[in-house]
Amino acid sequence: MARHALRGAALVYLLFLLVLPLGLVLWRTFGRGLGPVIDALTTPNAVHASAVTLSVAVWAVLANTLFGVGTAILLVRHRWPGKRVLGALIDLPLAVSPVVVGLALILVYGTYAPVGGWLDSHGLQVVFSLPGMVLATIFVSLPLVVRSIVPVLEELGTEQEVAAYTLGSGPWQTFWRITLPGIRGALGYGVVLCLARALGEYGAVAVVSGRLVGQTQTATLFVEERYQNFDTTGAFAVATVLALIAIVILLVTKLFQPKEPT
Amino acid sequence: MTTTTPLAGSGLRPDPAAGDAPAEPRARQQRGRPRVGPALGLGTAVLYLSLIVLIPLAAVVWRSQEHGFGAFWSAIRTPDAWAALELTLVASAIVALVNLVMGTVIAWVLVRDSFPGKGVVDALIDLPFALPTIVAGLVLLALYGPNSPLHIDVAYTRISVGLALLFVTLPFVVRTVQPVLQELDRDMEQAAHSLGAGPWLTFRRIILPNLAPAMVSGAGLAFTRAIAEYGSTNLLTANIPLQTQVAAVSVFARIESDDTTSAAAISTALLLVAFAVLVTLDLVRRWGARRG
Repeated sequence: MARHALRGAALVYLLFLLVLPLGLVLWRTFGRGLGPVIDALTTPNAVHASAVTLSVAVWAVLANTLFGVGTAILLVRHRWPGKRVLGALIDLPLAVSPVVVGLALILVYGTYAPVGGWLDSHGLQVVFSLPGMVLATIFVSLPLVVRSIVPVLEELGTEQEVAAYTLGSGPWQTFWRITLPGIRGALGYGVVLCLARALGEYGAVAVVSGRLVGQTQTATLFVEERYQNFDTTGAFAVATVLALIAIVILLVTKLFQPKEPT
Repeated sequence: MTTTTPLAGSGLRPDPAAGDAPAEPRARQQRGRPRVGPALGLGTAVLYLSLIVLIPLAAVVWRSQEHGFGAFWSAIRTPDAWAALELTLVASAIVALVNLVMGTVIAWVLVRDSFPGKGVVDALIDLPFALPTIVAGLVLLALYGPNSPLHIDVAYTRISVGLALLFVTLPFVVRTVQPVLQELDRDMEQAAHSLGAGPWLTFRRIILPNLAPAMVSGAGLAFTRAIAEYGSTNLLTANIPLQTQVAAVSVFARIESDDTTSAAAISTALLLVAFAVLVTLDLVRRWGARRG
């Protein structure tokens, strides 16, 4: 009896919060067939926005993957003062509102800020252009790769690495042949999470991009702008694509997930 | 593992057996070469983190305190800023409480119940993490907005603030409670049963104390996520100052109108609250580990 009541409560809650809203958008998007959806997705602005999102996400994921692997190895395999502080600071971006991220970047890299002004006079505009959007995306997704790798590196231990060293392997060879294969699954998981966050980022990018249609507009910004301009077809079409990407990413992370969640 | 894990596992503990101990002999094995690599890597990592995260965040706090604490205080005490902060904190607290109950119920159903399609439900839980927040706002607006097929229109009201926040915070409590519930030893419950305790008494005296640290931790994380939320609330609440404007939306409006000083003040207030919650959570986790 109690079991059925709990099951009912949980399922009804999820139905009304998650399943029905999402299903309704999918249904409204594809309600009039694929034609209007494809038309909406192939307008020049929609194509441009997707391209901007993709290039920003690729740069951010690349940067955070390099940083993530390097920092995870430093945190787990080496001993140095201030290690705990750095470990705690890495989690900071998860607690910061995306809008605050945008403000923070504007205050340092904006055209009227000291650093931003200097960069601007040397021909690099950061805010209201791609570099700022990449910075914002890096900021919000920074901890994801590090945090996926650290527990696996800790669990792996150093036995095999030490064995490789005693057999005469150098640091690079050991990394490529021993460490990297060991963390492959966790790295994949972290990269996919980072990619999901990067593709879906909205608030921080909204602040630093200036939201110039056809220039710095990303896919998420496109959804908002189209919706505010009463073009629900365009907004729903791109939102549906983003939702489908999210679902695919979710399935891929389940694939990478090595065992039960910890 | 979900995206909660990066937050949940923040207190990184070096494992001397796994990590640190062999580092020294290894250094010696490298033909006596000085360890330039790690030092260079560390420098790069610190520089990267400083340039992208630390210096910009410090600039926000700095900007808010530029004219002293009095100016900061009066900036967040202006009627619309204060209303936005109040709404954000109250709505987030309510949302955290709803999550505390519903998240635990969902985790319970996913661990102890069995029904066809459970795997799909389990996978669905993480969807709010993967879904862009603007899409979250849009899907909620479709069902609970002006064109609602259910004829429930709560768009642009305070209820919609709660709805948006419930959506984006759904996974936190579920994903912190679920693993604890899985590990929970059922012997204790059986012992309680055989000693004549009813299901409610068993839950209250045996299960709840074991789940409490995870529940509080999940609800705390949901709270910090809720006070930071922007994308979904922006679309769903229409940004009406003094009524439905949450703090993040109000910061955005101030940046747009070039009032970065008061934007920085509200941002700093948000950062302080988030920081206080995370420190409290860390204490709770240590308390839980000690009891463990």
